[in-house]
Amino acid sequence: MAEKILLKGNEAIAIAAIRCGCDGYFGYPITPQSEILETLMEKDPETDTGMIVLQAESEVAAINMLYGGAGCGKKVMTSSSSPGISLMTEGISYIAGAELPCVIVDIMRGGPGLGTIQPAQSDYFQIVKGGGHGDYKTIILAPASVQEMNDFVELSFDLAFKYKTPVVILSDGVIGQMMEKVELSPVKPRWTDEEIVKLHGDWASTGKTPDRKRNIVTSLDLDPHRQEQFNLKLQEKYAEIERNEVRYESLLCEDAEYLLVAYGLSARVSQKAMELARDEGIKVGLIRPVTLFPYPYEVIEKIVPQVKGILVVEMSAGQMTEDVSLAVRRRVPLYFHGRTGGMLPSPEDVLTLIRNIEKGTFESADVQGHKKVWLR
Amino acid sequence: MAVRGAIEVDVELCKGCGVCIVNCPTGAIVLSKSVNGKGYNYSYMDDPEKCTGCTNCAAVCPDTVITVYRVKI
Amino acid sequence: MNISDIIKPENKVYAKSKLLLDKEMHYCPGCSHGTIHKIIAETIDELNIQEQVIGISPVGCAVLAYDYIDIDWQEAAHGRAPALATAIKRLYPDKYVFTYQGDGDLASIGTGEIVHVCNRGDNVTVIFVNNAIYGMTGGQMAPTTLEGMKTATTPKGRSHISSGFPMKITEMLALLPGVVYATRQSVDTPAAERKAKKSMIKAFKSQKLKKGTSFIEIVSTCNSGWKMTPVEANTWMRENMFPVFPPGDIKDETGL
Repeated sequence: MAEKILLKGNEAIAIAAIRCGCDGYFGYPITPQSEILETLMEKDPETDTGMIVLQAESEVAAINMLYGGAGCGKKVMTSSSSPGISLMTEGISYIAGAELPCVIVDIMRGGPGLGTIQPAQSDYFQIVKGGGHGDYKTIILAPASVQEMNDFVELSFDLAFKYKTPVVILSDGVIGQMMEKVELSPVKPRWTDEEIVKLHGDWASTGKTPDRKRNIVTSLDLDPHRQEQFNLKLQEKYAEIERNEVRYESLLCEDAEYLLVAYGLSARVSQKAMELARDEGIKVGLIRPVTLFPYPYEVIEKIVPQVKGILVVEMSAGQMTEDVSLAVRRRVPLYFHGRTGGMLPSPEDVLTLIRNIEKGTFESADVQGHKKVWLR
Repeated sequence: MAVRGAIEVDVELCKGCGVCIVNCPTGAIVLSKSVNGKGYNYSYMDDPEKCTGCTNCAAVCPDTVITVYRVKI
Repeated sequence: MNISDIIKPENKVYAKSKLLLDKEMHYCPGCSHGTIHKIIAETIDELNIQEQVIGISPVGCAVLAYDYIDIDWQEAAHGRAPALATAIKRLYPDKYVFTYQGDGDLASIGTGEIVHVCNRGDNVTVIFVNNAIYGMTGGQMAPTTLEGMKTATTPKGRSHISSGFPMKITEMLALLPGVVYATRQSVDTPAAERKAKKSMIKAFKSQKLKKGTSFIEIVSTCNSGWKMTPVEANTWMRENMFPVFPPGDIKDETGL
């Protein structure tokens, strides 16, 4: 077994990028993710692997640097946090529209506006439901540990190039900042320019050679018939992603009478609450969506008939809860617990709510930030 | 040594902007009275005797529809 | 001598560059864009660098520049072409990278990006087409619109009191140490066109020197937006634009 080292989540992202053969990182400092840029500058991969690391003048510039780099077939990545991602959404839409592969890391903090630098999950809508203009989606991976911060970088690049789409690693300030032991991924060499031409020469702008037509990277087509055909093709791609790429973790669901649904840090809190509830004899299971698009609707849907109630735990005012409710479709009582503004849910609060759900006294529970979404 | 020139205009692509005409030092080019398929009066070499093949018309033509020939006589 | 004796392949002294594609340009009659495209195509052709060039087109009238020159292209979001150029050049330092941007794209919405590509001194060429108006969207005021000039959004003429002054962004950028070459040209006469082409060749060649950004402003016409004939527009440009935007080199540290 490979050696494990102690890393912050943000550092793990940076090191994983270097090790998986990333060609370029372009980013702008913002709390709580600045360690990604700082770690990359400290590691100085340009002398080692040739990976370019550049501090851009803004998030707007950074995402457009990604467009340029991705457009010529390189593995490029950026990272930011909520307000910075808001600035990037124009560029993400263009990248999706031009069908370019890239990786965007979003270490969420509380909003709206300047909000707070404390962790949150209140940009689920922004990332999962679009953010920018047009009918586009991105693949979204939600890590719940520093190990997954490491693992999802290479996975993101694989998915980005497989489907020619932006992939977002959606995490939060706690996972970005906390330290855990990590088993690093094996080192992979960067693609050579010749390999890029071989792999992506049919679309990437690498310089027109006599053996092919010129490559044009664009999201523009003024002909409405062709533009509609392009949109249909995009939707087919998203359908294929939904068929192939749903990822989730299911814990103790076999005999569960109550179900917790949570992602990222909230899933870690919920897992502890589940264990505490099990100690008391309440049969609780947990589903942790790992991909937020594609969302594991069917997994949740299948478990609905066996449970008496579902509690969604988030660090938002109930954004992912809307997707859970699409899967539950009023067949079982659905409850929500969420903290906002940088406050975190606690296993004790989640346990209290589970106990109250079991007793039928959910609404009177003395816990901040809970509501019934609907009862049967 | 004298030179003689001639131009060929791709009349279907000419938009009749007239920029070549004012930049022809010998007044060899004029706009046609008839129109091309797009409805533009196109440029043409009205007086072949005047053309010196200097390429000025081609240099300023935004649609690059002029080919220039020149011979020494 | 008959014309047929002159029009023979061996007598050809000027023909369309093979890098200019056959597609008819969508530009209005007399538009400077066509002439500038021609200069770029001829420059790439003469330097024999087609396989190493990546062009970046803007948002504006030249958004479809990629339909006309036979090279690899990327089409950028409004004002962001310099950010693309930075990344492409950093990732492919031996390629030739250029942006093609209008006055709205470069000097209004894209001021941040253009300042920083020049300040980093990225070894790219910026081609800045300044016709003092937004052509694509129907003739609105641009940052470079002259004082008193009527546009769709300054129907009584631009006043610096409400809308500021015509922005001399090339002079501003030339102050940055990252810029190795800053020049202002035009393409309204054969002499100007030939001079502009020499500048274009110098700007592209300078990318290999790795001394910094090369920047060519081309003072241009938008006869549709200005509501003039193409010939009138060229005259108006010389009489009104040149006093504010005088042609000539502003900075040349290329040594070329």
